Amino acid sequence: MISADIQILMPEIVLAVYAMGALLAAVYTTKDGMAPLLTWATSGLFVLLAVWVGINGQGTNIAFDGMFVDDGFARFAKITILLSAAAVLLMSESYMQRRGLLRFEYPLLVALAVVGMMVMVSAGDLMALYMGLELQSLSLYVVAALRRDSVKSTEAGLKYFVLGALSSGLLLYGASLTYGFAGTTLFSGIIEATADGASLGLLFGLVFLLAGFAFKVSAAPFHMWTPDVYEGSPTPVTAFFATAPKVAAMGLFARVVHDAFGGIVGDWQQIVAFLSVVSMFLGAIAAIGQTDIKRLMAYSSIAHMGFALMGLAAGTAFGVQAMLIYMAIYVTMNIGTFAFILGMERDGRPVTNIESLRMYSKRQPLRALAMLVLLFSLAGVPPMVGFFGKFYVLRAAYDGGLAWLAVAGVIASVIGAFYYLRIVYYMYFGEEGEALDGKMNPVLWTFLMASALIMVVGVVNLFGIEPMAAAAAATLVQ
Amino acid sequence: MGNVLSLTTFLPLLGAVILALFLRGDDAAAQRNAKWVALLTTVTTFIASLFILANFDPADPGFQMVETRNWLLGLQYKMGVDGISILFVMLTTFLMPLVIASCWDVGTRVKEYMIAFLLLETLMLGVFLALDLVLFYLFFEAGLIPMFLIIGIWGGKNRIYASFKFFLYTFLGSVLMLVAMVAMFADAGTTDIPTLMTHTFGTENFSILGVQIVGGMQTLLWLAFFASFAVKMPMWPVHTWLPDAHVQAPTAGSVVLAAILLKMGGYGFLRFSLPMFPVGSEVMGPLVLWLSAIAIVYTSLVALVQEDMKKLIAYSSVAHMGYVTMGIFAVNQQGVDGAIFQMISHGFISGALFLCVGVIYDRMHTREIDAYGGLVNRMPAYALIFMFFTMANVGLPGTSGFIGEFLTLVGIFQVNTWVAVVATSGVILSAAYALWLYRRVVMGDLIKESLKTITDMTKRERMIFAPLVAMTLLLGVYPALVLDIIGPSVNALVGNYETALATFEAATQFASN
Repeated sequence: MISADIQILMPEIVLAVYAMGALLAAVYTTKDGMAPLLTWATSGLFVLLAVWVGINGQGTNIAFDGMFVDDGFARFAKITILLSAAAVLLMSESYMQRRGLLRFEYPLLVALAVVGMMVMVSAGDLMALYMGLELQSLSLYVVAALRRDSVKSTEAGLKYFVLGALSSGLLLYGASLTYGFAGTTLFSGIIEATADGASLGLLFGLVFLLAGFAFKVSAAPFHMWTPDVYEGSPTPVTAFFATAPKVAAMGLFARVVHDAFGGIVGDWQQIVAFLSVVSMFLGAIAAIGQTDIKRLMAYSSIAHMGFALMGLAAGTAFGVQAMLIYMAIYVTMNIGTFAFILGMERDGRPVTNIESLRMYSKRQPLRALAMLVLLFSLAGVPPMVGFFGKFYVLRAAYDGGLAWLAVAGVIASVIGAFYYLRIVYYMYFGEEGEALDGKMNPVLWTFLMASALIMVVGVVNLFGIEPMAAAAAATLVQ
Repeated sequence: MGNVLSLTTFLPLLGAVILALFLRGDDAAAQRNAKWVALLTTVTTFIASLFILANFDPADPGFQMVETRNWLLGLQYKMGVDGISILFVMLTTFLMPLVIASCWDVGTRVKEYMIAFLLLETLMLGVFLALDLVLFYLFFEAGLIPMFLIIGIWGGKNRIYASFKFFLYTFLGSVLMLVAMVAMFADAGTTDIPTLMTHTFGTENFSILGVQIVGGMQTLLWLAFFASFAVKMPMWPVHTWLPDAHVQAPTAGSVVLAAILLKMGGYGFLRFSLPMFPVGSEVMGPLVLWLSAIAIVYTSLVALVQEDMKKLIAYSSVAHMGYVTMGIFAVNQQGVDGAIFQMISHGFISGALFLCVGVIYDRMHTREIDAYGGLVNRMPAYALIFMFFTMANVGLPGTSGFIGEFLTLVGIFQVNTWVAVVATSGVILSAAYALWLYRRVVMGDLIKESLKTITDMTKRERMIFAPLVAMTLLLGVYPALVLDIIGPSVNALVGNYETALATFEAATQFASN
């Protein structure tokens, strides 16, 4: 039986073995000299694995007596994670290289984090869940502090570590309570234990678990770490934080609430709805005053997580489908936006001040246009694809009986539109300012343009993502 | 010819893409090319829309030339035209070449300017032709983006404030409509507009937070749509974005805004509020009538004291839109006919008035009324045309402005005499502000030193005004041109409304017995 189990786990094993092997190889050879090669190789491996997971995966496979589940939902999330991680690695290569930050650990830590994420979305047991989560988190703490000689970066790493450890502690406490009252850590066991309502102890466990997850997806009121970590980390790392880990954490969130607590939707629905509404408004309002585009994107991501949670709060299969589509769109938009931010330089030094974009459109009309498309998409203005993400979650919330949440969501999106428009204002309406460098790395340029193009062309049929997400959601919510 | 509607809608987009991809440089030649491409595209679009008009059968009140394709999530890409929408389509395609021609002297970022207008035309046509809720919303909202840029990039001194106010105001109005659309989708299981028109939304009274909602679901949905269309119209008291937007927008932007974008609100009332929520409309109708009456009188008074020409005309637009909403919610043949007629005619007249302001603004670079006076001495042709459109704006018989006002007043008189009385006083007020404006700008002696060298209209400017004068006169003398086309559809609309209401009243009486 063990060989069958391993067969199911093969993508994760391959990636983990690669990461450790490459680590050893690099240590014993040229160290940082291998870093560019490793970055490209890791990125290529991510794409290969995504293809493998996509083509090879069939049906629902359970390994290790339910500890690990490979189903349509997990595959959808894994493909999104792998592809976005690959994109971010490709984008970071030249940025990190030019700032002497391209250590060989960087791609390998990202690879290990991705292994953790893949385990997270496939977890069928609280132990597997925690292992995946910690593998991911520990790798990310280190990556956040990659720029060792910078106060801000180390501060970001430390903050992330302390708060992340706190949230892990909360989560672990919730897991132990759940184990104590359900008598098992298996999701399939927990759902049986809650078949006729949850006991008070189980509810406590659930609340702590949800608080831990809210930390990881940076939903308000557990969002405090996000702006500082986003601002302090090197920009490619920020781009990574904004994409793959968010998908993984949302996937984990969905899996636990549906696989383990799917029988008591009413008990967690209100918590998730609360997280959602607070995140949307906090993200929208707090971003208005930001002058640093990375901090702004941090608040923007908080607001977006609020919208994704709105889909989850519906507690239906359609809600999960809406959440998956929202996350896929969100990740695509963010990759494009960060490609743009990575390209913001003056005299070869990175600039993250929004005001530096003054009249950008005059000097770089095409890039400004692409960013304009992305910003309107982030704001959820049709016909950009971002609007469809919002439409899906609104529909899910309304169907789930949360009409008030839908109304709150659209009002928050109007407030949020303001700060995206503010960037448009600097790029198009402002006065002339000191120019940014005209050159842009071709890799970044490609990602920026591709992402913007997807946001426009996707209106035709969202690239057929809808049936895939529907199938994925159907395997999670019976 | 199966997809003439899509073809017409997306032709301007094609022009915009060609401009964006193939036109390089920013020298005089490139600018000229951009203008010619844009002009050619809009003229072609107008010709294409003539095919729609030729194929259109006025006797059929239903949707014609319908195209359907499946889209995401059970939504459809569905386009169609009926007696209510066809004239708005024609208005749009007719005005756009004139708009492009009117910005021939623009010198900054011409290519982008043309692209913005072409995009806007596609989106406006889409609004009037979409037969799917979400598709409609898509076009309706997307129109904000080019208009935001037009005001923000090419606008006047205070353009940033105006563009943000414009965007956020209208965005806030329409997101509530989005939630209502989601609710309708969930309730009816479809977003197909013709199906939704026959679907009866719940009317059972219920209360939210202790407030009794008469007409239940329908009233709530109606309110959500109202929030969007009232802002777009704009109705008093949510009209405050319009004067700012108009004053700051470049001339061509003002023309499009006044002539076409405002009509989306009225079109929305006719397409959604009346046929889909008859009970909601009946419950809230009196409110709209009084808001319209207040709008007519109040904004006319405000117009009287304006010192900026564009602002004055903007307020006059709000007043004229008051007649439109009043006519629509009178819900009888004359009222609705008059409302549509008024919208079409206001499209020509207000467009022309903003162009008139543009003509002297291009020469003097000020819109202050005090800066002018006695223009008739040096600009006789201009004085004549300005006079003509001032009279049309006042509603002089023989111009199209008269027919619209008269029909809506006839319509409202049968429903609510008091509103009609208040609204009629607006006719006098409109004469007051319009004629006074004319006197101050055009009449009198030419004393101002700066005006001594002003030149009369060029040939290009005269050619832009010629079709507008022709249409205003033609519709004023022969209104049947419009009324024959919209008649059957309006008749069906009013008939269905009354049937739905009768059913509802029978049901409530049955319940109370």
